[in-house]
Amino acid sequence: MNPIIRFENVTKRFGALTVLDSFNFEVQRGEKVTLIGPSGSGKSTVLRILMTLEPFQEGQLELDGISYHEPNGRGTFKASEKHLHKIRCNVGMVFQSFNLFPHMTVLRNVVEAPVAVLKMKREEAESRATELLRMVGLSDKKDHFPSQLSGGQQQRVAIARALAMRPRVLLFDEPTSALDPQLVGEVLGVIRDLAQEHDLTMLLVTHEMRFAREVSDRVCFFDRGRIVEQGDPDMLFSNPQQPRTREFLSSILGEQAPARESLRQVQ
Amino acid sequence: MMYGYAWDTSTPLTFALSILPILGIGLLVTLQAAAVGYAIALVLGLVLALLRRSKIKIISWTVAGFTEFVRDTPLLVQLFFLYYVLPDFGIILPAFMTGALALGLQYSAYTSEVYRAGIDAVPRGQWEAATALNLTRRQTYRDIVVPQMIPRIVPALGNYLVSMLKETPVLSVVTVLDMLGLANMIGERTFEYLVPLSMVGLIFLPMTLICSALIFLVERALPKSGIPLR
Repeated sequence: MNPIIRFENVTKRFGALTVLDSFNFEVQRGEKVTLIGPSGSGKSTVLRILMTLEPFQEGQLELDGISYHEPNGRGTFKASEKHLHKIRCNVGMVFQSFNLFPHMTVLRNVVEAPVAVLKMKREEAESRATELLRMVGLSDKKDHFPSQLSGGQQQRVAIARALAMRPRVLLFDEPTSALDPQLVGEVLGVIRDLAQEHDLTMLLVTHEMRFAREVSDRVCFFDRGRIVEQGDPDMLFSNPQQPRTREFLSSILGEQAPARESLRQVQ
Repeated sequence: MMYGYAWDTSTPLTFALSILPILGIGLLVTLQAAAVGYAIALVLGLVLALLRRSKIKIISWTVAGFTEFVRDTPLLVQLFFLYYVLPDFGIILPAFMTGALALGLQYSAYTSEVYRAGIDAVPRGQWEAATALNLTRRQTYRDIVVPQMIPRIVPALGNYLVSMLKETPVLSVVTVLDMLGLANMIGERTFEYLVPLSMVGLIFLPMTLICSALIFLVERALPKSGIPLR
């Protein structure tokens, strides 16, 4: 079976800084992949390139059989706006800072794109949105504005908003990093439910290692624009092969473990 | 006597009262010029701001050059230019239209900067969310950017309305009979300038104050996050 995402020797530079260096990466349809690694290692850039938020300089990228570059394309993406539109039909994104539209009600946030882009009838879009909001546990908030919600609730709306476009690939860019610790659980809960969907391909950048281990089929450890080590989450977390992976895991788990220990004592 | 109203110069007070209806007619012209000019400035300014963000370099540079030129040359020069030079190219506009156009052009250069700052103030995350949802550029401006920038730009746009209102008397130099033009004519005929010119100033004062108050009310009525969409 063809992979749904294929990076082939993709190089991405910001000025003199090379963020991805001849990057190769494949994701199978329905696979749940977690990207971990130190900040600046290029994991978020992978998501942002997939979402067409960042162009890349060299290499090939395909999503669901559609190349990111048109044969005679122009502009930073070497593709027309129309072509980019076609790519984006298959992919959605959930951002670290939610990025809900603050002037729209929760319902309108979810309905906006299906009506504007998919040309769905307003009533149909609203009934689907209501369904999605119930799924994320917020059906009673649909007439609220984002500023009236907690961070965790906002992020759940953002997930419903992304799902309303029926993406085949859903990207999560540190979805819980901007949340107060007590709100992380409710967002992870929604993502965990989503991970049960077999058709949906998920790419998740996170620092929640326990969660990564629990939901993903594969974990990729990034360092300096390359995947240093990847594999089954249980294997990678319990028996990392590369020294850089071990170093990273012990530093981040060293931080998280005592916190969890003390939490257990409190409970 | 003007527009069928005779003046009574016996005392300053009777003079002032007798020319009030005449100045009222001028006030109407002043308000119309400001309204037409402001409408041009609001629409053209937005068009200029959007064109300036165009990815096509020739368009954005031309527009940048145009706004810079208009902003940095005196309104009076532009007004004379439109009034005396355009007819050489076969474009003959009534004095009123020329005046309103000059005001609108000059202020569209100002308002385009206000719009530009307003657009730039919309956080990058909003653009990225719009891209991630596959909205077109047009839809992004219509539903995301413009509704959010309006509350931010109302104060600055309001200032330009007041400022433009106060500048309408320059139209009198191209024979538009606005308040100042009429006051000047009354002065020429009666050799009494003090009363008519003072009246013009006195009438402007409440007008601009009312304008400022209205803008303040609009500003307060708008939610900070943007025009609400449900």
